[in-house]
Amino acid sequence: MIISIASGKGGTGKTTVAVNLALSLDNAQLLDCDVEEPNAHIFLNPIISDKIPAYVPVPEIDKDKCTYCGKCAEVCAYHAIAVIPANNGKKGNVLVFPHLCHGCGACSLLCPADAIKEVKKEIGVVEVGDSGDIQFVHGILNVGEIMSPPLIRQVKQYINPTRTAIIDAPPGTTCPVIEAVKGSDFCILVTEPTPFGLYDLKLAVEVLNKLTIPFGVVINRSDIGDDKTEIYCREHNIPDLMRIPFDREIAELYSKGIPLVKEKKEYKTGFNNLYKTILKSIK
Amino acid sequence: MKICITSEGNTLDSLVDPRFGRCRYFIIVDSDTIIFEAVENASAAAGGGAGIQAGQLMAAKGVKAVLTGNVGPNAFQTLSAAGIDIFTGITGTVKEAIDKFKQGSLKAEAGPTVSSHSGMK
Repeated sequence: MIISIASGKGGTGKTTVAVNLALSLDNAQLLDCDVEEPNAHIFLNPIISDKIPAYVPVPEIDKDKCTYCGKCAEVCAYHAIAVIPANNGKKGNVLVFPHLCHGCGACSLLCPADAIKEVKKEIGVVEVGDSGDIQFVHGILNVGEIMSPPLIRQVKQYINPTRTAIIDAPPGTTCPVIEAVKGSDFCILVTEPTPFGLYDLKLAVEVLNKLTIPFGVVINRSDIGDDKTEIYCREHNIPDLMRIPFDREIAELYSKGIPLVKEKKEYKTGFNNLYKTILKSIK
Repeated sequence: MKICITSEGNTLDSLVDPRFGRCRYFIIVDSDTIIFEAVENASAAAGGGAGIQAGQLMAAKGVKAVLTGNVGPNAFQTLSAAGIDIFTGITGTVKEAIDKFKQGSLKAEAGPTVSSHSGMK
């Protein structure tokens, strides 16, 4: 069972929901796929037992074999290769721009001269460990890297099918989010009842509808803002799974990096019920 | 000699487009005969790699010098690899740019003049 936590808008409380849900279950695994700014570890203080460097394949050109035909540059959807054809007896040239490469492998596959081999470029690290009973995995993207989906994919390779895997997704609605949530049995969208929260929630709903992943909404800071989010969910038959109020005590715990369920036991029951509601809804 | 001027339109009276990879048109002209070809830039709105594409186009067209406003690092690298001279800071009309080039008063650039994606702004 894989449950992902996404949001559209940033800062709505994805990590809070992911961490507290994991702490409320018996057999959980938490995978922090927000690899540009992972922070679930701040709540969970895991003991890291393994650090695995993450790579993407990038092309390396064998200039002795290369005929400068330009096939690789033509098939590269990201313009990561430039081929300068031979001209007036001057030898041709091939330039590779690794930071634009998505590692799809088309160039090496389609090179008629077999002049391209893939070499590994390090983009970050996957760390695996434990926090109490929770199995913990997260990815850390190197500063300056722009390709987070390959690292998210590598974090997800550690999904343990014998556990309830909880994926903390990055905010937004683009490739990294899709990479993080795809394959989930259910997705929790965390939002806040403000015009900003609702606007981005609608975008996230469109993404999940396209991916045909069942989902429901957790409204955080539920007593601020307006009732438009609630009305939107009702009108679109989106399950309103849980409410977390705008509460000083919750904010103080957050400010100290203490998970909510550790100090406020009633929330453990709340997150357990959330889990049961999800189980029921996907049956 | 074949040179290219980045242009906002498809005539010699058009204004020089200050962007290289994301210009509207490439005016490719023989500096002796002034016979020219206006090539619409298919990569003007590309997500990334516009300068690299443009650089390859210049090489394929046999251009020896590029006259434009600014070039980014990827375009600079591609043009340099193709042995194409780069003249930046060019303003006015395409025709004026050609005249300046023919006077021989321009100085080729030794490095990129703007950062990546500047033409998107």
